[in-house]
Amino acid sequence: MMENSIAWILLFPLFGAVLCSLLGMANRKFCWPIGVVSMIGSFVAGVMTLIQAIDSPAHEVSYVFGGWIIDSYPRGVGIEFRADLMAALITLVVVGIGLCVTVYAKLPVERETPGKEHFFYPLFLLQITGLAGICMTGDAFNLYVLIEVAALTGYGLIAIGGKRAAAATFNYVILGTIGASLYLLGVGYLYIKTGSLNMVGINEVIVSSETLKDSATMQVAFVLICLGILIKMAFFPLHAWLPNAYCHAPTATSCLLAPLVTKVMIYVMIRMVLTVFGVDFSFVDTPWPSVLPWLVVIAIVSAAVMALGQREIKRMLAYLIVAEVGYMVGGVWVYNYYGMIGSIFHIISDACMTLCLFLGAGLILEKCKTTHFDGLRGLFSKMPLTMTAFFVGGFSIIGLPPTCGFFSKWYLITGAMVSQRWEYLVALLFSTMVMVVLFFRLIERIHLAVSESGENLGKGHGDLGLTNEQTRFSEGPLTMLVPLLTAAAVVLVIGIYNQEVVDLIEIFLDPFDLPGEPESK
Amino acid sequence: MFEDGSILNDLFLERLNYFIYVVLLLIGLHAMISKNNFIKKLIGMCVFQTAIILFYVSIGVKDGATIPIYLPEHDPHGEQAYAAGGPEALTVEQVASYTNPLPHVLMLTAIVVGVATLGLALALCQKIYEGYGTVEEDELMAKLEKEDAVHRKPPTRTAGKSTSKPKASSRAKSTAPGPAGKTIASKSTKSSGTRKTKDPSKKAPVKKTPVKKTARKSTPKKGDSK
Repeated sequence: MMENSIAWILLFPLFGAVLCSLLGMANRKFCWPIGVVSMIGSFVAGVMTLIQAIDSPAHEVSYVFGGWIIDSYPRGVGIEFRADLMAALITLVVVGIGLCVTVYAKLPVERETPGKEHFFYPLFLLQITGLAGICMTGDAFNLYVLIEVAALTGYGLIAIGGKRAAAATFNYVILGTIGASLYLLGVGYLYIKTGSLNMVGINEVIVSSETLKDSATMQVAFVLICLGILIKMAFFPLHAWLPNAYCHAPTATSCLLAPLVTKVMIYVMIRMVLTVFGVDFSFVDTPWPSVLPWLVVIAIVSAAVMALGQREIKRMLAYLIVAEVGYMVGGVWVYNYYGMIGSIFHIISDACMTLCLFLGAGLILEKCKTTHFDGLRGLFSKMPLTMTAFFVGGFSIIGLPPTCGFFSKWYLITGAMVSQRWEYLVALLFSTMVMVVLFFRLIERIHLAVSESGENLGKGHGDLGLTNEQTRFSEGPLTMLVPLLTAAAVVLVIGIYNQEVVDLIEIFLDPFDLPGEPESK
Repeated sequence: MFEDGSILNDLFLERLNYFIYVVLLLIGLHAMISKNNFIKKLIGMCVFQTAIILFYVSIGVKDGATIPIYLPEHDPHGEQAYAAGGPEALTVEQVASYTNPLPHVLMLTAIVVGVATLGLALALCQKIYEGYGTVEEDELMAKLEKEDAVHRKPPTRTAGKSTSKPKASSRAKSTAPGPAGKTIASKSTKSSGTRKTKDPSKKAPVKKTPVKKTARKSTPKKGDSK
């Protein structure tokens, strides 16, 4: 199994999904254990792949499905799965979060979609299959198929939450289809010009040709692909589908989609820019590095301001995701070594901290039946562990050390300074301030007896206007609490061991010769 | 008029397929974005996807080439090949007489994806129609707006903390008139329908919910009375 671990990452959830839907028809109790077991298998395979990628001399693992021989020039037909260090790291994050949420999903699924477990878990596992596949595939068209696998299951997972969720999903379907189709169109143009669909193959042709860089067809391909991906990742003016879809989705769905979908699409953008088109094509003498940071500034500032206006945790978090997408896109397009490290590291850390926040919000919803700010009073005495973990995620979003959010933001800010993109720097700091306001306002709502509209609900002197019954210690169920605490621990551990992660990213970025790279290491 | 190199020649003779694909693509995009009816949006989506399929299939066209299935004289496992001494790969010149099958194969996958998306979107439409009685976007938006407005108001302060009966109910009794309270309560339970949390055991919250509207006025009074 060791040498084929990269394929096992996908096979476990794929066959888990099939088993779930077959056995689930007989008895719905089978679904959850099958899901957990297959995700554990997938996670182990993910760890093995990362170890393999670190150990191998070229720092990448390759697996060609169906035994095609693709070593011709340019790299030929046949679906190749390649995991270099970036892909292996992010795949590990995807399956890790998948495992966490699968464990967590047991109770919310039973409660919110009773009797639909045998629909929910197969979709859930296929979603993880799609997302992990996007991270590892080395084939541009296969990437489209996997994007659609992830998207279609995502629509299903959101719409399973009832009529309001279905109404919110419809927009997502339309925009998601436009995004994926534009990507497909771009791949078509690439194929016309390069005659290859393999990512490395396309890059070999682009690099070896003198004229391709100026070709209008290639420029169109680049713009179409980037536009498609920007829609899929909910970049600010194209974000309209995200907040409603994530707010009205069932708890388990939003916990899975919110940390992963947007981040994985940013990974796709980095993959396209670095591996497929190459640094020369994407950055040197093109207008994008000067245009996109300004769009990013608009995106970050508007999303942060919109987040300020929300009175509900889930909706606020949805807008935070849109702002974070701006961070990462900006890190890529300031075009230097540190910005790129920051972007890749922020994908990892943002996935973990968003997971933490959404798991926490799910638990709050479970115990309080509301995520409105006014329903939060006294939660620290009622569920101290949950709230601590929730605020570890919150502090990571703000960027307080030693959480991982601090270090990734540090690299992003360094990147902004090295490229002298001050507008991006200001936007980052502004959004940090907004997040401080957001999370400390939450803390205030929890500890003070003042409601959102400003009225006093208690009797003064620290009284919250609650009975002892209401503030008595009562944590959520263990299957929900343990994943949350794990997520919080991971946020801290990645923060403390950030240098190890960054080392891997540096090895990955080494061959790309980005500006600002330190001379000798 | 259609001489070599002129725009008209490019558009209508040399690259007619591509011209049509762009037109279809824009028609589809227009329908998806600006149509009000969901079904029309979906028709637009189909046109959009079909345009892309047309584009891919056009890539694979090659003048004077045959379908990519071995001609008898090229078949590496055919009689002629064995007569010549075993299977051999085709030479470049031989391959040139076949069309490129790859774009068509890709489109088979894309068609499957398109069908799946369309099926899912139609199912969503059905669900929306069941829930809201309309598939017109503006009507749906108006209904959602109403529903969300109820939803976005501060929740019943004690909602869900089911242990809080004494306080909440006393406050409710003291301030809320019965019938008014009932209408609010029915609204709020509707709005929380997506959550599906408090249906079964909670006939009680119907009594409690008036707090939501009245709490604001009642609290100072409560402070005084204590």
